[in-house]
Amino acid sequence: MSRAAQSLYSIETRSIVKTYDSDFGTIYAVNEVSLQVTAGEFVALVGPSGSGKTTMLSILASLLQPTAGQILLDGQDISQMNDAERVALRREKIGFTFQANNLLPYLSAVENVELMLRLNDQLDKAGRLRARELLARLGLGERLNNLTGQLSGGQQQRVAIARALIHNPSLVLADEPTANLDTERAFQVVETFAGLIHEQQRAGIMVTHDLRMCAFVDRVLQMQDGKLVRSYNSKKEIAGLINNKA
Amino acid sequence: MKHILSISAYLAIKEIWRNRARFLLVSLVIALITLLVLFIAALGEGLGNGNREYLSKLDAELVVYQAKSDLLISASRLERDKLAAIRRVQGVQDAGVLATANGNIILAEGREPLKAALLGIEPGHTGEPPVLEGRPFSTKLAQEVILDRNAALRSKLEVGDTLELRVTQGTRDEFYDLRVVGISDGQQYALQPTIFVPFFTWEQIRPKAEAEFDNSDPVANVILVKLEDGEQAESLKQRIAQQVNNVEAVEVADAIQALPGYSAQQSTLNTQGAFTLFIGVLVIGGFFQIQILQKVAQIGVLKAIGSTNAVVAAAAILQIILVTIAGVAIGGLLTALFSLTFPPTVPIVFNGSTSAIAIAALLLIGPLGGLISIRYAVRIEPLKALGLST
Repeated sequence: MSRAAQSLYSIETRSIVKTYDSDFGTIYAVNEVSLQVTAGEFVALVGPSGSGKTTMLSILASLLQPTAGQILLDGQDISQMNDAERVALRREKIGFTFQANNLLPYLSAVENVELMLRLNDQLDKAGRLRARELLARLGLGERLNNLTGQLSGGQQQRVAIARALIHNPSLVLADEPTANLDTERAFQVVETFAGLIHEQQRAGIMVTHDLRMCAFVDRVLQMQDGKLVRSYNSKKEIAGLINNKA
Repeated sequence: MKHILSISAYLAIKEIWRNRARFLLVSLVIALITLLVLFIAALGEGLGNGNREYLSKLDAELVVYQAKSDLLISASRLERDKLAAIRRVQGVQDAGVLATANGNIILAEGREPLKAALLGIEPGHTGEPPVLEGRPFSTKLAQEVILDRNAALRSKLEVGDTLELRVTQGTRDEFYDLRVVGISDGQQYALQPTIFVPFFTWEQIRPKAEAEFDNSDPVANVILVKLEDGEQAESLKQRIAQQVNNVEAVEVADAIQALPGYSAQQSTLNTQGAFTLFIGVLVIGGFFQIQILQKVAQIGVLKAIGSTNAVVAAAAILQIILVTIAGVAIGGLLTALFSLTFPPTVPIVFNGSTSAIAIAALLLIGPLGGLISIRYAVRIEPLKALGLST
């Protein structure tokens, strides 16, 4: 069965629904969410706790199957993939950074980044060089061989960003990447992340609680009770959102 | 497959190397278990060997007992006419008597007498041990003795020396001088060093009660039978029982199993060995389970970024195998070093096949102990591991 479908976007969701059964009836964690992100666009997904943004991120990451709806990544419908296909998709087409525990502690910074290339069987001389260059660009040129425990929280997040981008994925996802960082480092990390997403023409989606981090994104999608309730599409609207919340 | 092995080997070795103190600790625990298992196996072999050595080295297929003697050599009593009758059975190549008793070898001044098994055998017939140094008995009545290697080592007697034997006859200790004419290989009997004498000499010098002094008819315990065709042991057992009155014939292997305490001793030691291996399974299983529990988030990340379950499982198995191999190797080396420090009186024998079986079992306990942790690792859900589940 061909899963190819027409889409102008890197990632597009069509009426995604995710429900859970509980003693109180069916809970809609995500309810009819449709969104689109183009290559080179960095989007923030915001909303209060329980609004469904983490569930939406898990579905986009193909870590969770939607109950209904369609997800098109590079025009390919990933919502009906089996487990093995989803694992391969995550490996080849998606880059991740998580809130914490991002890196393998027994690998050095550069080994953590190279791991994505190893998993994709793409680790060659050029790949090794690219990993080093990317880390150097992220200000970690002197920390290539340091283990995770020898890096600060901000440095670890930057290594995670390098790992998320090294294998040229179509979609880059970040779950609260600044949650464990102080304000100054948080701004640095998101600014660098945004810069690389724009430069490398990836579709980037970041879930965050911290609206100040939206200063570096192109668009903000606000969720509430499992639904997309508002989109902030211009810099002016985003600035308004940040200032209003501040 | 090659790709999976390559990544899993990379992850497994990197983790071991970067946490070498922790993994070395587990290897040392496995090494101690190895040491214990190998020593129990060697002790089992040594004790078993001490019990069966003479019988197991016999150039004979059958042992003939007095009927209804419960296959107890000391309880069986056979007159010499039985020997002639057995030799006449068709298919029997040779037969010789075996008579058992104990005596004390008087050693040089200041040393405790050495307790030894005093075995009477038929010179030139089945049951006579091979002589490695010296010569066989000169006559059937010679006041001569052949020492097994253990008796020679512990008594420090050599060919040409005179052995002074003390036995109790009636209510008196009697002393006999016997000339050492030969030394054989190890031929322990009933966990004692052994001295061999001609059967008629044995009858003269053996411990006896006063009531036996006038008994002119010498009596042996069992008769050892060599067959013309070893494959015919089963039918010859029956033929001997039919043609010779009041006897029971069994194969040498059955005679060994019937030695007093032999089966109980071996099963006790085998049980100890099995329990030690079981403890090993629990220790290794426990360590790797704790290790996996500590790595739930890491495994979640690995799976989230596209590692397959095969990579996660193979890395875990490889770690377990490497740690186990290292532990068994260290344990084997420690055992070899320790074994050099034991005096020859300690009944520890490192037999190649027994040690190989123990080592194979030890190499298996690692993966066996780690099975639960591997199953757990494979079942880790990245969503839950990363705290993303709703």
